[in-house]
Amino acid sequence: MADTTPAPKPRGRLAHWWDGDFAYQFRRSPVAIISFTVVMLMVLAAIFAPLIAPYDPFDPASLNLMNGFSSPMEPNAFTGETFWLGTDDQGRDVFSTILYGLRISLFVGAAAVGFAMVLGITLGLVAAYVGGWVETIIMRIADVQLTFPAILVAMLIFGVAKGITPVEYRDQMAIWVLIVAIGLSDWVQFARVVRGATLVEKNKEYVQAARLIGRGSGAIMLRHILPNVLSPVLVIATISLALAIIAEATLSFLGVGAPPTQPSLGTLIRIGQGFLFSGEWWILLFPACTLLALALAVNLLGDWLRDALNPKLR
Amino acid sequence: MAMIQVKNLTRIFDVSKPWLNRVIERLPKAMLTAVSDVSFDVEERTVYSLVGESGSGKSTIGKMAVGLLKPTDGSVLINDIDLSRETDGGKLDKARSDIQMIFQDPYASLNPRWRVREIINEPVSARGGNVVGLAEKLLEQVGLSSLDADKFPHEFSGGQRQRICIARALASEPKLIVCDEPTSALDVSVQAQVLNLMSDLQENLGLTYLFISHDLTVVQHISDKIGVLYLGRLVEEATPDELFENPKHPYSQMLLAAAPKMDGFGREIDPPQGEIPDPINPPTGCAFHPRCPIATAKCSAERPEMRVVRGARVACHLAE
Amino acid sequence: MSEAVLSIRNLTVEIPTRGGILRPVDQINYDINRGEILGIVGESGAGKSMAGNAVIGLLNRPAKITGGEIWLNGTRIDQLEGEDMRRLRGKHIGMVFQDPLTSLNPLLRIGDQLTETMLEHLDISRDKARKRAAAALDEVGIPAAAQRLDSYPHEFSGGMRQRVVIALALCAEPSLIIADEPTTALDVSVQAQIIALLKRLCRDRGTAVMLITHDMGVIAETADRVAVMYAGRLAELGNVRDVVTHPEHPYTDGLMGSTPLASKGLKRLRQISGSMPRLTAMPEGCAFHPRCEFAQDICRAEPRPKLNGGRSACHFPIQQPAEETA
Repeated sequence: MADTTPAPKPRGRLAHWWDGDFAYQFRRSPVAIISFTVVMLMVLAAIFAPLIAPYDPFDPASLNLMNGFSSPMEPNAFTGETFWLGTDDQGRDVFSTILYGLRISLFVGAAAVGFAMVLGITLGLVAAYVGGWVETIIMRIADVQLTFPAILVAMLIFGVAKGITPVEYRDQMAIWVLIVAIGLSDWVQFARVVRGATLVEKNKEYVQAARLIGRGSGAIMLRHILPNVLSPVLVIATISLALAIIAEATLSFLGVGAPPTQPSLGTLIRIGQGFLFSGEWWILLFPACTLLALALAVNLLGDWLRDALNPKLR
Repeated sequence: MAMIQVKNLTRIFDVSKPWLNRVIERLPKAMLTAVSDVSFDVEERTVYSLVGESGSGKSTIGKMAVGLLKPTDGSVLINDIDLSRETDGGKLDKARSDIQMIFQDPYASLNPRWRVREIINEPVSARGGNVVGLAEKLLEQVGLSSLDADKFPHEFSGGQRQRICIARALASEPKLIVCDEPTSALDVSVQAQVLNLMSDLQENLGLTYLFISHDLTVVQHISDKIGVLYLGRLVEEATPDELFENPKHPYSQMLLAAAPKMDGFGREIDPPQGEIPDPINPPTGCAFHPRCPIATAKCSAERPEMRVVRGARVACHLAE
Repeated sequence: MSEAVLSIRNLTVEIPTRGGILRPVDQINYDINRGEILGIVGESGAGKSMAGNAVIGLLNRPAKITGGEIWLNGTRIDQLEGEDMRRLRGKHIGMVFQDPLTSLNPLLRIGDQLTETMLEHLDISRDKARKRAAAALDEVGIPAAAQRLDSYPHEFSGGMRQRVVIALALCAEPSLIIADEPTTALDVSVQAQIIALLKRLCRDRGTAVMLITHDMGVIAETADRVAVMYAGRLAELGNVRDVVTHPEHPYTDGLMGSTPLASKGLKRLRQISGSMPRLTAMPEGCAFHPRCEFAQDICRAEPRPKLNGGRSACHFPIQQPAEETA
């Protein structure tokens, strides 16, 4: 027929991908494009914070107390310097602290999700593939943990870990403890999703074909099943990232998270709220808006990803 | 010396509800006998078919033959090695490389994330063998192009995928291939291509097939010997000519009469009575007696043994 | 005396995609008369189910009818929408699908499903409907029908469920039944029961049947006439005995020849090389020409061959009776 074009010639892998359904759906979804752009901008800003930030907020030598409480876009009454988003009580540039805070927030979020992912995928895969009492034990632990709110679990782990760390290391270790606490509170959904997908995959005939030739369980799980259960994991990882960032902010806001020497967005919000009623609204507002935009963009991206990767919803 | 010796093979599945449910609902354990006391031999370089309807246990026998399932009782010996009981690792590995399987669903039997080359090479590469040029050679042997080795499974049609499965099955140069409904997911014209390919390979490479199917016409075409299964029991075993000309077990007769015929225009047959019974509570005696037109009191009391009746083995008290 | 219950004229279904417009059903024509069983046969992707779904207005978006007409009992129905289509579907067309579970509501007792359908489309009292429901179940061969009215679908075996579906399809006394692979999921012995049942009921009531299947054996035994579809087009249409024993279209010939039944006694099955073209890469001219051993230049050129009232859409129909295989 005249209206069907002949099959295009094979081209490079990237071009092929760009022609694929996934990229096509991405190009057609304004929400996906906007949220992806926002996330990428924030990630880049966080990575290159030392280059972008006009001031180093953690270098006491560069701070001038006279610059304290500058309003956004207004010259300071004493020094005449102008700060885009104003300064806090110490004279720190709010824009710079946000960039550095973003760094901590994103790092903690991503590392926590990565930790939860590794833990959850491993346990879910093993539970489903091995079955029997191994599965029962893993999944019952998961069920029990699921009955507690994640933030409560994280606070519990954080509290215990803080109790056993020597005082002098507390501030250094805080970030790592935070990552483990959020990660441990978040592995369950990865394990459940991976277990479900594995139960489907392990009965498929390509897995039987691999068992037939005598492949070991480890090789089958890693080389055959794992690549085929990753797309739902990707969706959950994205949505979890938003939740982990908020969990970190919540913990930090409650004062049990990132220390003031390494403030995350949550820490900044906690500090900022002290100034809200004395009129210095910008110290609170800008970090809060950044957090909101980040969490929203990541979440929307995850939502879109779920639809795009699930052919049934199309 | 037969290549496959199946002796008193039995497989029972525990299909009970979880322990707590059983206690609360006061249910007994539910045991499903998928295969019950089946014995047959397959000679080297022949095609032996197992035919039966759903629940006849034909796939379960196939899985036990290749070692994917352990028998509850009885044994499958392949060249005198029992896969489920052999403890010598070297012997076991050698036996495994002699056995391959082709599955029903060409979409599920290829890992969608692997390239065709890796898929075909796996039986050899998993054992550390040399795979240079192997996939390309096998692809051409099954009627595809050697250029297809770099593609992914989703780029192929069902028939082409089944050819890839055949290529993978041939990679370790096996002597026995268990084919579990290899063409039932394919269209008729593609089925003909695949069956012809399988026949050619069997002849040229001296393969032995254990062919599992529900399709009588396919079985009639490809087999040297056919075993008819009903509810996990072997009810008749005969050559295709003997079985289709002169079926001796009432179930075989019913099955053959019910199968649609290409020249059966406007055929009015008395359709068979009843349906396949629940395998958890199979009938006593001969499993077919509730549907059998000639059943007697003996049939409901005593399970018939396999016996030789005019060149076939039949498990029926009344066949002669 | 034959009167067409269903007339399909130049029916075309198209799916717009970003790669172009796909045409899963391309200008097909056929009639089904009262009391007649028309078999629609073809391989997967031939468009046989899509044609059936177009008739009952069950095309999934974005597929839509873009040309042709569908007439049911003298009324044009391809332009009906929403409520009108739904009423027509229930009253005049009954449906039997491959998987009986999808046609029955798992949460309703089958007696209720039957009576609801009857109350919707027939002018009778609830009491009477229930009596007729029991009678309908009895007619399709369900033992102890009156007691089984209160059973749920999952309490039936596969074959019994398909019987219930047939009872449901027939209870509003439709003039046309569309049976899409009604026995594909069933075992051979049960398949024979269902086919016999469908045949008997439709003959007794004079219901027209569109029987869609890939199984040539079922068609040969059941249908009066058969339409062979290939790549969305009709390849051949005719009396079932003629088409099966003396196919005119090379595709029909190959299809018949490649069933193991027809190659009885042959060492190798006859085979058609290649496979059906994808909708995205439809060849010019006759869609079968790349696989056809008789293809000439005219077959590769537009316009493609049409049925035009004849039996086969082919420039070079096979004249001699196909060689019988002994």
